Amino acid sequence: MFARSSALVFSPQCGQVRNMATLKDITIRLKSIKNIQKITKSMKMVAAAKYARAERQLKPARIYGNGALALYEKADIKAPEEKASKHLIVGVTSDRGLCGAIHSGVAKTIKNEIANLTGAGKEVMVVNVGDKLRGLLYRTHGKHIILNCKEVGRKPPTFTDASIIATELLNSGYEFDQGSIVFNTFRSVISYKADRKPVFSNDVVANSETMGVYDDIDADVLKNYQEFALVNILFLALRESSASEQSARMTAMDSASKNASEMIDKLTLTFNRTRQAVITKELIEIISGAAAL
Amino acid sequence: MMAARFLRRALPALRQTRCYAEVASGSPQMSFTFASPSQVFFKEVSVKQVDVPTLTGAFGILPAHVPTLQVLRPGVVTVFGDDGSTAKYFVSSGSVTVNADSSVQLLAEEAVLLDQLDIAAAKANLEKAQSQLAGTSDEAAKAEVQISIDANEAIVKALE
Repeated sequence: MFARSSALVFSPQCGQVRNMATLKDITIRLKSIKNIQKITKSMKMVAAAKYARAERQLKPARIYGNGALALYEKADIKAPEEKASKHLIVGVTSDRGLCGAIHSGVAKTIKNEIANLTGAGKEVMVVNVGDKLRGLLYRTHGKHIILNCKEVGRKPPTFTDASIIATELLNSGYEFDQGSIVFNTFRSVISYKADRKPVFSNDVVANSETMGVYDDIDADVLKNYQEFALVNILFLALRESSASEQSARMTAMDSASKNASEMIDKLTLTFNRTRQAVITKELIEIISGAAAL
Repeated sequence: MMAARFLRRALPALRQTRCYAEVASGSPQMSFTFASPSQVFFKEVSVKQVDVPTLTGAFGILPAHVPTLQVLRPGVVTVFGDDGSTAKYFVSSGSVTVNADSSVQLLAEEAVLLDQLDIAAAKANLEKAQSQLAGTSDEAAKAEVQISIDANEAIVKALE
Protein backbone atom coordinates (compact mmCIF):
# COMPACT_ATOMS: atom_id res chain seq x y z
CA MET A 1 0.00 0.00 0.00
CA PHE A 2 2.92 2.24 0.71
CA ALA A 3 4.08 1.60 -2.85
CA ARG A 4 0.61 2.46 -4.17
CA SER A 5 0.43 5.76 -2.36
CA SER A 6 3.87 6.78 -3.55
CA ALA A 7 2.72 5.90 -7.08
CA LEU A 8 -0.15 8.30 -6.55
CA VAL A 9 2.23 11.03 -5.45
CA PHE A 10 4.59 10.68 -8.41
CA SER A 11 2.15 10.24 -11.26
CA PRO A 12 0.42 13.55 -12.09
CA GLN A 13 -2.01 12.27 -14.72
CA CYS A 14 -4.71 14.61 -13.48
CA GLY A 15 -2.27 17.48 -13.44
CA GLN A 16 -1.98 17.67 -9.68
CA VAL A 17 0.03 15.97 -6.99
CA ARG A 18 -2.32 14.47 -4.42
CA ASN A 19 -1.32 13.32 -1.01
CA MET A 20 -3.95 10.60 -0.71
CA ALA A 21 -7.01 12.80 -1.04
CA THR A 22 -9.33 12.29 1.90
CA LEU A 23 -13.02 11.68 1.51
CA LYS A 24 -13.66 15.14 2.84
CA ASP A 25 -11.58 16.83 0.12
CA ILE A 26 -13.33 14.91 -2.61
CA THR A 27 -16.74 15.68 -1.15
CA ILE A 28 -15.99 19.39 -1.05
CA ARG A 29 -14.73 19.34 -4.61
CA LEU A 30 -17.73 17.35 -5.82
CA LYS A 31 -20.16 19.74 -4.20
CA SER A 32 -18.52 22.80 -5.70
CA ILE A 33 -18.44 21.32 -9.21
CA LYS A 34 -22.11 20.35 -8.93
CA ASN A 35 -22.94 23.94 -8.00
CA ILE A 36 -20.96 25.22 -10.96
CA GLN A 37 -22.82 22.84 -13.25
CA LYS A 38 -26.14 24.17 -11.98
CA ILE A 39 -25.01 27.73 -12.62
CA THR A 40 -23.75 27.05 -16.14
CA LYS A 41 -26.93 25.13 -16.98
CA SER A 42 -29.10 28.04 -15.88
CA MET A 43 -26.88 30.51 -17.75
CA LYS A 44 -27.38 28.39 -20.84
CA MET A 45 -31.18 28.53 -20.41
CA VAL A 46 -31.10 32.28 -19.97
CA ALA A 47 -28.82 32.71 -22.99
CA ALA A 48 -31.11 30.46 -25.06
CA ALA A 49 -34.14 32.60 -24.22
CA LYS A 50 -32.27 35.83 -24.96
CA TYR A 51 -30.93 34.34 -28.17
CA ALA A 52 -34.42 33.43 -29.39
CA ARG A 53 -35.54 37.02 -28.89
CA ALA A 54 -32.36 38.49 -30.40
CA GLU A 55 -32.66 36.35 -33.51
CA ARG A 56 -36.28 37.33 -33.93
CA GLN A 57 -35.40 41.01 -33.66
CA LEU A 58 -32.49 40.57 -36.03
CA LYS A 59 -34.64 39.62 -39.02
CA PRO A 60 -36.24 43.03 -39.69
CA ALA A 61 -33.09 44.81 -38.55
CA ARG A 62 -31.07 43.00 -41.21
CA ILE A 63 -33.36 44.09 -44.02
CA TYR A 64 -33.37 47.62 -42.63
CA GLY A 65 -29.58 47.76 -42.27
CA ASN A 66 -28.94 46.27 -45.70
CA GLY A 67 -31.28 48.86 -47.16
CA ALA A 68 -29.11 51.54 -45.58
CA LEU A 69 -25.95 49.97 -46.99
CA ALA A 70 -27.47 49.59 -50.46
CA LEU A 71 -26.39 53.06 -51.52
CA TYR A 72 -22.74 52.47 -50.68
CA GLU A 73 -22.73 49.16 -52.48
CA LYS A 74 -24.61 50.20 -55.60
CA ALA A 75 -22.78 53.49 -55.99
CA ASP A 76 -19.51 51.71 -55.22
CA ILE A 77 -18.18 54.59 -53.17
CA LYS A 78 -14.49 54.41 -52.39
CA ALA A 79 -12.31 56.95 -50.67
CA PRO A 80 -9.35 58.30 -52.68
CA GLU A 81 -6.35 56.15 -51.84
CA GLU A 82 -3.46 58.58 -52.27
CA LYS A 83 -3.87 61.31 -49.72
CA ALA A 84 -3.24 60.67 -46.03
CA SER A 85 -6.71 60.08 -44.75
CA LYS A 86 -8.07 59.84 -41.27
CA HIS A 87 -9.59 56.52 -40.45
CA LEU A 88 -12.15 55.51 -37.89
CA ILE A 89 -12.84 52.05 -36.51
CA VAL A 90 -15.93 51.33 -34.44
CA GLY A 91 -15.73 48.03 -32.58
CA VAL A 92 -19.01 46.55 -31.36
CA THR A 93 -19.03 43.92 -28.60
CA SER A 94 -20.56 44.08 -25.13
CA ASP A 95 -19.84 44.32 -21.41
CA ARG A 96 -20.17 40.70 -20.38
CA GLY A 97 -17.90 37.75 -20.88
CA LEU A 98 -18.31 33.97 -20.80
CA CYS A 99 -19.27 33.99 -24.46
CA GLY A 100 -16.42 32.25 -26.21
CA ALA A 101 -14.24 34.16 -28.65
CA ILE A 102 -16.68 37.01 -29.34
CA HIS A 103 -14.66 39.86 -27.89
CA SER A 104 -11.21 38.55 -28.82
CA GLY A 105 -12.27 38.06 -32.45
CA VAL A 106 -13.29 41.68 -32.83
CA ALA A 107 -10.24 42.89 -30.92
CA LYS A 108 -7.94 40.85 -33.15
CA THR A 109 -9.50 42.29 -36.32
CA ILE A 110 -9.17 45.81 -34.95
CA LYS A 111 -5.54 45.29 -33.92
CA ASN A 112 -4.69 44.01 -37.40
CA GLU A 113 -6.44 46.98 -38.98
CA ILE A 114 -4.58 49.46 -36.77
CA ALA A 115 -1.28 47.77 -37.60
CA ASN A 116 -1.98 47.94 -41.35
CA LEU A 117 -3.11 51.55 -41.29
CA THR A 118 -0.34 52.92 -39.08
CA GLY A 119 2.12 50.96 -41.21
CA ALA A 120 0.78 52.84 -44.24
CA GLY A 121 1.15 56.12 -42.38
CA LYS A 122 -2.54 56.85 -41.86
CA GLU A 123 -4.10 58.17 -38.71
CA VAL A 124 -6.64 55.89 -37.09
CA MET A 125 -8.91 56.27 -34.08
CA VAL A 126 -11.10 53.68 -32.39
CA VAL A 127 -14.52 53.86 -30.80
CA ASN A 128 -15.29 51.06 -28.31
CA VAL A 129 -18.84 49.94 -27.87
CA GLY A 130 -18.70 47.60 -24.91
CA ASP A 131 -16.47 47.45 -21.87
CA LYS A 132 -14.81 44.17 -22.80
CA LEU A 133 -13.32 45.69 -25.94
CA ARG A 134 -11.96 48.60 -23.95
CA GLY A 135 -10.28 46.14 -21.61
CA LEU A 136 -8.68 44.32 -24.51
CA LEU A 137 -7.49 47.40 -26.38
CA TYR A 138 -6.58 50.10 -23.91
CA ARG A 139 -3.34 48.57 -22.72
CA THR A 140 -1.68 48.29 -26.13
CA HIS A 141 -3.65 50.76 -28.27
CA GLY A 142 -4.86 53.16 -25.62
CA LYS A 143 -3.81 56.26 -27.52
CA HIS A 144 -6.07 55.34 -30.44
CA ILE A 145 -9.28 55.27 -28.40
CA ILE A 146 -11.55 58.30 -28.55
CA LEU A 147 -14.83 56.99 -27.19
CA ASN A 148 -15.99 54.22 -24.85
CA CYS A 149 -19.55 53.00 -24.45
CA LYS A 150 -20.69 51.07 -21.39
CA GLU A 151 -23.88 49.29 -20.33
CA VAL A 152 -24.03 47.44 -23.62
CA GLY A 153 -25.51 43.96 -23.76
CA ARG A 154 -27.66 44.06 -20.64
CA LYS A 155 -30.83 44.78 -22.59
CA PRO A 156 -31.56 44.17 -26.27
CA PRO A 157 -30.24 47.05 -28.41
CA THR A 158 -32.66 49.68 -29.65
CA PHE A 159 -32.56 52.32 -32.36
CA THR A 160 -32.15 54.93 -29.61
CA ASP A 161 -28.90 53.29 -28.48
CA ALA A 162 -27.52 53.46 -32.00
CA SER A 163 -28.49 57.10 -32.33
CA ILE A 164 -26.82 57.98 -29.01
CA ILE A 165 -23.57 56.36 -30.14
CA ALA A 166 -23.74 58.11 -33.52
CA THR A 167 -24.43 61.49 -31.89
CA GLU A 168 -21.47 61.17 -29.53
CA LEU A 169 -19.24 60.05 -32.38
CA LEU A 170 -20.18 62.99 -34.58
CA ASN A 171 -19.85 65.43 -31.67
CA SER A 172 -16.43 64.09 -30.69
CA GLY A 173 -14.83 66.38 -33.23
CA TYR A 174 -12.78 63.73 -35.00
CA GLU A 175 -13.06 64.54 -38.72
CA PHE A 176 -12.63 61.14 -40.26
CA ASP A 177 -12.60 60.50 -44.02
CA GLN A 178 -13.54 56.90 -43.99
CA GLY A 179 -13.80 54.04 -41.60
CA SER A 180 -15.39 50.76 -40.80
CA ILE A 181 -17.57 49.19 -38.17
CA VAL A 182 -16.23 45.85 -36.89
CA PHE A 183 -18.78 43.49 -35.39
CA ASN A 184 -19.73 39.81 -35.30
CA THR A 185 -22.29 38.85 -37.91
CA PHE A 186 -24.63 36.08 -36.90
CA ARG A 187 -24.48 33.17 -39.29
CA SER A 188 -26.11 30.34 -37.33
CA VAL A 189 -26.59 29.09 -33.78
CA ILE A 190 -23.11 27.66 -33.74
CA SER A 191 -21.25 30.05 -36.00
CA TYR A 192 -20.56 33.77 -36.24
CA LYS A 193 -17.96 35.78 -38.09
CA ALA A 194 -16.19 39.07 -37.47
CA ASP A 195 -17.18 41.37 -40.30
CA ARG A 196 -16.60 44.99 -41.36
CA LYS A 197 -19.00 47.45 -42.91
CA PRO A 198 -17.78 50.74 -44.41
CA VAL A 199 -18.48 54.22 -43.15
CA PHE A 200 -17.73 57.30 -45.23
CA SER A 201 -17.62 60.99 -44.47
CA ASN A 202 -19.81 63.52 -46.25
CA ASP A 203 -16.93 64.87 -48.33
CA VAL A 204 -15.91 61.46 -49.61
CA VAL A 205 -19.47 60.61 -50.61
CA ALA A 206 -20.09 63.98 -52.23
CA ASN A 207 -16.90 63.87 -54.25
CA SER A 208 -17.22 60.27 -55.38
CA GLU A 209 -17.68 60.04 -59.16
CA THR A 210 -20.61 57.65 -59.15
CA MET A 211 -22.58 60.06 -56.97
CA GLY A 212 -23.02 62.29 -59.97
CA VAL A 213 -25.72 59.91 -61.15
CA TYR A 214 -27.82 60.90 -58.15
CA ASP A 215 -29.86 63.92 -58.91
CA ASP A 216 -30.70 67.03 -56.96
CA ILE A 217 -28.65 66.57 -53.79
CA ASP A 218 -27.63 69.60 -51.76
CA ALA A 219 -25.20 69.59 -48.86
CA ASP A 220 -27.90 69.78 -46.19
CA VAL A 221 -29.83 66.81 -47.50
CA LEU A 222 -26.64 64.78 -47.85
CA LYS A 223 -25.59 65.57 -44.29
CA ASN A 224 -28.94 64.46 -42.88
CA TYR A 225 -28.93 61.37 -45.07
CA GLN A 226 -25.42 60.40 -43.97
CA GLU A 227 -26.20 60.84 -40.29
CA PHE A 228 -29.28 58.67 -40.62
CA ALA A 229 -27.33 56.05 -42.58
CA LEU A 230 -24.65 55.96 -39.87
CA VAL A 231 -27.27 55.31 -37.20
CA ASN A 232 -28.83 52.59 -39.34
CA ILE A 233 -25.54 50.78 -39.87
CA LEU A 234 -24.70 51.04 -36.16
CA PHE A 235 -28.14 49.65 -35.36
CA LEU A 236 -27.55 46.68 -37.64
CA ALA A 237 -24.14 46.08 -36.06
CA LEU A 238 -25.61 46.18 -32.54
CA ARG A 239 -28.36 43.71 -33.37
CA GLU A 240 -26.08 41.26 -35.20
CA SER A 241 -23.52 41.45 -32.41
CA SER A 242 -26.18 40.80 -29.78
CA ALA A 243 -27.51 37.71 -31.58
CA SER A 244 -23.98 36.32 -32.10
CA GLU A 245 -23.09 36.95 -28.47
CA GLN A 246 -26.14 35.19 -27.05
CA SER A 247 -25.68 32.18 -29.31
CA ALA A 248 -21.97 32.01 -28.41
CA ARG A 249 -22.76 32.23 -24.70
CA MET A 250 -25.30 29.44 -25.11
CA THR A 251 -22.75 27.10 -26.73
CA ALA A 252 -20.02 28.10 -24.25
CA MET A 253 -22.21 27.41 -21.24
CA ASP A 254 -23.39 24.18 -22.81
CA SER A 255 -19.82 22.89 -23.18
CA ALA A 256 -19.02 24.10 -19.66
CA SER A 257 -21.96 22.09 -18.30
CA LYS A 258 -20.83 19.03 -20.25
CA ASN A 259 -17.27 19.37 -18.94
CA ALA A 260 -18.59 19.78 -15.41
CA SER A 261 -20.71 16.63 -15.65
CA GLU A 262 -17.66 14.75 -16.96
CA MET A 263 -15.64 15.92 -13.98
CA ILE A 264 -18.48 14.95 -11.66
CA ASP A 265 -18.54 11.41 -13.10
CA LYS A 266 -14.77 11.00 -12.67
CA LEU A 267 -14.82 12.43 -9.17
CA THR A 268 -17.74 10.22 -8.15
CA LEU A 269 -15.77 7.16 -9.24
CA THR A 270 -12.71 8.37 -7.32
CA PHE A 271 -14.93 9.06 -4.30
CA ASN A 272 -16.36 5.56 -4.37
CA ARG A 273 -12.94 4.01 -4.79
CA THR A 274 -11.57 6.06 -1.89
CA ARG A 275 -14.55 5.18 0.25
CA GLN A 276 -14.07 1.48 -0.43
CA ALA A 277 -10.36 1.80 0.27
CA VAL A 278 -11.06 3.43 3.64
CA ILE A 279 -13.55 0.71 4.57
CA THR A 280 -11.14 -2.02 3.50
CA LYS A 281 -8.36 -0.42 5.53
CA GLU A 282 -10.53 -0.28 8.65
CA LEU A 283 -11.64 -3.88 8.16
CA ILE A 284 -8.03 -5.05 7.80
CA GLU A 285 -7.07 -3.18 10.96
CA ILE A 286 -9.96 -4.74 12.86
CA ILE A 287 -9.25 -8.24 11.55
CA SER A 288 -5.52 -8.06 12.12
CA GLY A 289 -6.16 -6.66 15.57
CA ALA A 290 -8.60 -9.49 16.32
CA ALA A 291 -6.16 -12.06 14.87
CA ALA A 292 -3.43 -10.75 17.14
CA LEU A 293 -5.48 -11.56 20.22
CA MET B 1 -40.39 71.35 -60.78
CA MET B 2 -41.29 67.77 -59.98
CA ALA B 3 -44.53 68.09 -61.93
CA ALA B 4 -42.62 69.23 -65.01
CA ARG B 5 -40.46 66.13 -64.80
CA PHE B 6 -43.60 64.04 -64.58
CA LEU B 7 -45.03 65.64 -67.72
CA ARG B 8 -41.79 65.22 -69.60
CA ARG B 9 -41.93 61.53 -68.89
CA ALA B 10 -45.61 61.20 -69.77
CA LEU B 11 -45.42 63.09 -73.09
CA PRO B 12 -43.46 60.56 -75.18
CA ALA B 13 -46.19 57.98 -74.59
CA LEU B 14 -48.64 60.23 -76.42
CA ARG B 15 -46.54 60.50 -79.56
CA GLN B 16 -47.02 57.82 -82.20
CA THR B 17 -43.57 57.87 -83.74
CA ARG B 18 -41.34 57.38 -80.69
CA CYS B 19 -42.64 55.34 -77.80
CA TYR B 20 -39.60 54.62 -75.67
CA ALA B 21 -41.54 55.05 -72.45
CA GLU B 22 -43.07 51.58 -72.63
CA VAL B 23 -39.91 49.56 -73.04
CA ALA B 24 -37.22 51.00 -70.78
CA SER B 25 -33.69 49.92 -71.49
CA GLY B 26 -32.97 49.26 -67.84
CA SER B 27 -35.14 47.04 -65.62
CA PRO B 28 -38.66 48.42 -65.79
CA GLN B 29 -39.57 46.91 -62.44
CA MET B 30 -39.06 48.83 -59.26
CA SER B 31 -37.66 46.72 -56.43
CA PHE B 32 -39.17 48.45 -53.41
CA THR B 33 -37.94 47.94 -49.86
CA PHE B 34 -39.79 49.74 -47.07
CA ALA B 35 -38.71 49.07 -43.48
CA SER B 36 -38.48 50.54 -40.02
CA PRO B 37 -36.02 49.32 -37.35
CA SER B 38 -38.61 46.96 -35.89
CA GLN B 39 -40.74 45.99 -38.85
CA VAL B 40 -40.46 45.28 -42.55
CA PHE B 41 -43.39 46.37 -44.70
CA PHE B 42 -42.13 45.63 -48.20
CA LYS B 43 -39.03 43.66 -49.13
CA GLU B 44 -37.81 44.00 -52.70
CA VAL B 45 -41.37 43.96 -53.98
CA SER B 46 -42.33 45.22 -57.38
CA VAL B 47 -44.81 48.08 -57.08
CA LYS B 48 -46.25 50.61 -59.46
CA GLN B 49 -45.67 53.87 -57.63
CA VAL B 50 -44.68 55.25 -54.24
CA ASP B 51 -45.50 58.74 -52.98
CA VAL B 52 -43.10 60.05 -50.35
CA PRO B 53 -43.05 63.28 -48.27
CA THR B 54 -39.56 64.76 -48.18
CA LEU B 55 -37.98 67.88 -46.76
CA THR B 56 -37.92 69.39 -50.26
CA GLY B 57 -41.50 68.45 -51.04
CA ALA B 58 -43.63 65.42 -51.79
CA PHE B 59 -42.98 63.46 -54.94
CA GLY B 60 -43.95 60.19 -56.51
CA ILE B 61 -41.47 57.53 -57.52
CA LEU B 62 -42.16 55.34 -60.54
CA PRO B 63 -39.93 52.69 -62.08
CA ALA B 64 -36.96 54.23 -63.88
CA HIS B 65 -37.11 57.35 -61.74
CA VAL B 66 -33.88 59.35 -61.81
CA PRO B 67 -31.55 58.25 -58.98
CA THR B 68 -31.75 60.48 -55.93
CA LEU B 69 -31.32 60.63 -52.17
CA GLN B 70 -33.86 62.36 -50.00
CA VAL B 71 -34.64 62.82 -46.36
CA LEU B 72 -38.22 62.30 -45.19
CA ARG B 73 -40.32 64.57 -43.03
CA PRO B 74 -43.43 63.58 -41.05
CA GLY B 75 -46.13 62.66 -43.51
CA VAL B 76 -47.96 59.97 -45.40
CA VAL B 77 -46.33 57.41 -47.68
CA THR B 78 -48.68 55.91 -50.25
CA VAL B 79 -47.74 52.68 -51.99
CA PHE B 80 -49.59 51.76 -55.19
CA GLY B 81 -49.20 48.03 -55.75
CA ASP B 82 -49.05 46.26 -59.08
CA ASP B 83 -52.55 44.90 -58.53
CA GLY B 84 -54.04 48.36 -58.04
CA SER B 85 -54.19 48.28 -54.25
CA THR B 86 -53.02 51.26 -52.22
CA ALA B 87 -51.53 51.24 -48.75
CA LYS B 88 -50.98 54.35 -46.66
CA TYR B 89 -48.44 54.62 -43.87
CA PHE B 90 -47.53 57.52 -41.62
CA VAL B 91 -43.77 57.98 -41.29
CA SER B 92 -41.99 60.13 -38.72
CA SER B 93 -38.69 60.64 -40.51
CA GLY B 94 -36.08 58.71 -42.42
CA SER B 95 -34.49 58.51 -45.82
CA VAL B 96 -35.33 57.35 -49.31
CA THR B 97 -32.80 56.19 -51.91
CA VAL B 98 -33.58 55.66 -55.57
CA ASN B 99 -30.73 53.82 -57.30
CA ALA B 100 -29.78 53.64 -60.93
CA ASP B 101 -31.07 50.07 -61.26
CA SER B 102 -34.54 51.24 -60.23
CA SER B 103 -34.37 49.85 -56.70
CA VAL B 104 -35.89 52.02 -54.00
CA GLN B 105 -35.02 51.80 -50.31
CA LEU B 106 -37.40 53.65 -48.03
CA LEU B 107 -36.12 53.56 -44.45
CA ALA B 108 -38.35 55.17 -41.85
CA GLU B 109 -37.46 55.69 -38.24
CA GLU B 110 -41.05 54.97 -37.27
CA ALA B 111 -43.86 53.95 -39.57
CA VAL B 112 -47.43 52.86 -38.87
CA LEU B 113 -50.47 52.09 -40.94
CA LEU B 114 -52.64 55.16 -41.16
CA ASP B 115 -55.71 53.47 -39.68
CA GLN B 116 -53.79 52.75 -36.47
CA LEU B 117 -53.60 56.46 -35.60
CA ASP B 118 -56.22 58.22 -33.49
CA ILE B 119 -57.07 61.75 -34.61
CA ALA B 120 -58.40 62.83 -31.21
CA ALA B 121 -55.16 61.85 -29.48
CA ALA B 122 -53.16 63.60 -32.20
CA LYS B 123 -55.13 66.83 -31.77
CA ALA B 124 -54.69 66.68 -28.00
CA ASN B 125 -50.93 66.15 -28.38
CA LEU B 126 -50.75 69.03 -30.84
CA GLU B 127 -52.42 71.46 -28.45
CA LYS B 128 -50.20 70.32 -25.61
CA ALA B 129 -47.07 70.78 -27.73
CA GLN B 130 -48.16 74.24 -28.90
CA SER B 131 -48.74 75.42 -25.33
CA GLN B 132 -45.34 73.96 -24.38
CA LEU B 133 -43.67 75.94 -27.13
CA ALA B 134 -44.93 79.17 -25.63
CA GLY B 135 -43.53 78.13 -22.25
CA THR B 136 -39.96 77.01 -23.05
CA SER B 137 -37.07 79.30 -23.74
CA ASP B 138 -34.19 76.82 -24.07
CA GLU B 139 -33.12 76.38 -27.72
CA ALA B 140 -32.73 72.62 -27.66
CA ALA B 141 -36.03 72.08 -25.83
CA LYS B 142 -37.72 74.47 -28.25
CA ALA B 143 -36.43 72.43 -31.21
CA GLU B 144 -37.77 69.23 -29.66
CA VAL B 145 -41.20 70.76 -29.07
CA GLN B 146 -41.19 72.10 -32.63
CA ILE B 147 -40.53 68.58 -33.92
CA SER B 148 -43.46 67.32 -31.88
CA ILE B 149 -45.67 70.07 -33.30
CA ASP B 150 -44.65 69.26 -36.89
CA ALA B 151 -45.29 65.57 -36.43
CA ASN B 152 -48.68 66.05 -34.77
CA GLU B 153 -49.77 68.58 -37.38
CA ALA B 154 -48.87 66.12 -40.09
CA ILE B 155 -50.82 63.35 -38.36
CA VAL B 156 -53.91 65.53 -38.00
CA LYS B 157 -53.66 66.61 -41.63
CA ALA B 158 -53.25 63.02 -42.77
CA LEU B 159 -56.24 61.76 -40.85
CA GLU B 160 -58.63 64.52 -41.88
